[in-house]
Amino acid sequence: MSPLSSTPTIDRQPPSAINEHPSGDKRFKVLDITMKRNQYRSDALIEVLHKAQEAFGYLEEDVLYYIARGLKLPLSRVYGVATFYHLFSLKPSGAHSCVVCLGTACYVKGAGELLAALEREMGLKEGETTPDGQVSLVTARCIGACGIAPAAVFDGRVAGKQTPESVLAAIKEWLPDAAS
Amino acid sequence: MDLAELLAIRQKERDRQKSTRIHCCTAAGCLSSGSAAVKAQLEAAVDAEGLGASTEVCSVGCMRFCGRGPLVEVVSREGDREPILYEQVTTADAASIVKALKGGEATAPLGDRNHPFFARQFPIVLENSGKIDPERIEEYIAVGGYQQLYRVLYEYDPAEVVDEITRSGLRGRGGGGYPTGLKWATVAKMPAGQKYVICNADEGDPGAFMDRSVLESDPHRVLEGMAIAGYAIGANHGFIYVRAEYPLAIRHLQKAIQQAKRYSLLGSQIFGSPFDFKIDIRVGAGAFVCGEETALIASVEGRRGNPRPRPPYPAESGLWGCPTLINNVETLANIPAIIREGAEWYAKIGTEKSKGTKVFALTGKVRNTGLIEVPMGTTLRQIVEEMGGGVATAGGVKAVQTGGPSGGCIPASALDTSVDYESLTQLGSIMGSGGMIVMDNETNMVDVARFYMEFCRGESCGKCIPCRAGTVQLYQMLTKILNREASEGDLERLEALCYMVRDTSLCGLGMTAPNPVLSTLRYFRQEYEELLQPATGKR
Repeated sequence: MSPLSSTPTIDRQPPSAINEHPSGDKRFKVLDITMKRNQYRSDALIEVLHKAQEAFGYLEEDVLYYIARGLKLPLSRVYGVATFYHLFSLKPSGAHSCVVCLGTACYVKGAGELLAALEREMGLKEGETTPDGQVSLVTARCIGACGIAPAAVFDGRVAGKQTPESVLAAIKEWLPDAAS
Repeated sequence: MDLAELLAIRQKERDRQKSTRIHCCTAAGCLSSGSAAVKAQLEAAVDAEGLGASTEVCSVGCMRFCGRGPLVEVVSREGDREPILYEQVTTADAASIVKALKGGEATAPLGDRNHPFFARQFPIVLENSGKIDPERIEEYIAVGGYQQLYRVLYEYDPAEVVDEITRSGLRGRGGGGYPTGLKWATVAKMPAGQKYVICNADEGDPGAFMDRSVLESDPHRVLEGMAIAGYAIGANHGFIYVRAEYPLAIRHLQKAIQQAKRYSLLGSQIFGSPFDFKIDIRVGAGAFVCGEETALIASVEGRRGNPRPRPPYPAESGLWGCPTLINNVETLANIPAIIREGAEWYAKIGTEKSKGTKVFALTGKVRNTGLIEVPMGTTLRQIVEEMGGGVATAGGVKAVQTGGPSGGCIPASALDTSVDYESLTQLGSIMGSGGMIVMDNETNMVDVARFYMEFCRGESCGKCIPCRAGTVQLYQMLTKILNREASEGDLERLEALCYMVRDTSLCGLGMTAPNPVLSTLRYFRQEYEELLQPATGKR
């Protein structure tokens, strides 16, 4: 036996316990499955972050710690990657999202006016969420819907040939006082 | 799987297909105009009319005329009837389209396949697009799919494949225009060992959606092209790096890979030969710089998408230090057709130095928007004015922007230039990946230049200073000009800084970031000067 084994044992978790997050949050299971499928290879980091964002909505600190541990990567590396890519968000987003495409085709067809109308109406800047956490206003570089510019995406549904009126009408459906 | 089995699948699928097919475009463009609901209505109408025995409704890929979507086409398989194209189909029109098969009148606007928008097209990359269901491998096999892979494995040795591609004159369609055969030969020459093929599907240029359409409409074509490339260079593993912004393309690709694996068209010992090839998808996370090949490799490895200096080129030391071939989607989609028809056939299309066809995304203020595939050497005027129908506003076309943030604005006076790599470079723009954005007199060119600079400022990865700081400075200078606070000296400084950023940046992003400014300065300098303060101002 090696001399190390005689030192007082640190309370090491048995391997099976790695799968159980202390908070009991079941969503961590999704991460475990993804990491396992990728054999805990460090090059799967972006895939795992995608899955985490899908499951949690954004990348909270705890999730980043968890992934770093799972893939045996320094936290700095995980944080570095998470902050480098635009699609990863480190803060929660609203219940609904409105994405205005600012690709060139949309831009010359008046996407700037769509954005201005939305910013004015909602009192937000792009990238912000309404104080009640209902709607996030986001912009995209190009969603590839240039043939039907200007385009916007409402909760994942792409809508083409938009006008300031049509985007405002779409947003109104989400707002709580829309019923009145 | 052997050839007999492949041909059997092909025959079985041809027998299965019904004599009348109603093609309903379900690519991203038409889908967002509501084509999924239209398709459901069409199916219901076929049932209601009792035409189920002879007629089927199929989801197909992009039919190209995106501006007039949703598009529906009624095709007779025997060819006894001319195909009928309908535009801007609504759910209310669906029943009448099916009734029209029995001799009624359809309420949807009739499209015209002889419209100038289609007439000049020469589909090679898009030959199956809008004709087959991208989610069924059988339909791709029915039009001859995967037969070229078989032929390559049994009739060619790898060096002959490289030679075929070299003689075809195919050049990289991602923007650089590097000869594809030469690239393949470089990787093939590297000592045997682990090699990779990467398909660059990180179509980041705003205003470009050709690759998205190819992946959504005909994903197997890209897989077949990759496998052929893998055989030619001695690679057994491929990656497709696709942007996360294209969920439908990712879904179709995943499905296509699964289907190809099930038929053993990907995997071990393909067609019973010693050749193994597998393909994995890597989904990007929204960084424009990852279109640059060394940054892309970093991203596939799960790291930040920072480029690194070249050499060594990825052909020598790429993914995990192994020789790596990186080709764009459109380049790879050309491969099966080149093998099928032969290098000589391909080399006859196009111009002296730019062979074949190019797919463009024609967008902006032009009347007819959508995808076009034309032989190289077609003039910009033919594309914009004939196919695109010109612009609706008085004064006509002002400029055409090609090549996205790395390209430039071509003025109306140069519209008679033919589209090929050299001519566009001479005009201070680039072929780029194929976005073509038409601008009219309402477009302020200084504002456009600032728009692109804002883009590059946001997308600069921050690794090298000329790009990181230079784009910020350029953006501020352009803002100053737009706010009418700049003087003649600022314009000179703007120009000088453009050259500095171009000459000293590490990767393509920084080197080409000043192009939109330089090209607008070259052709629309007057617009800048009009915004300057008089020389007798404060300075």
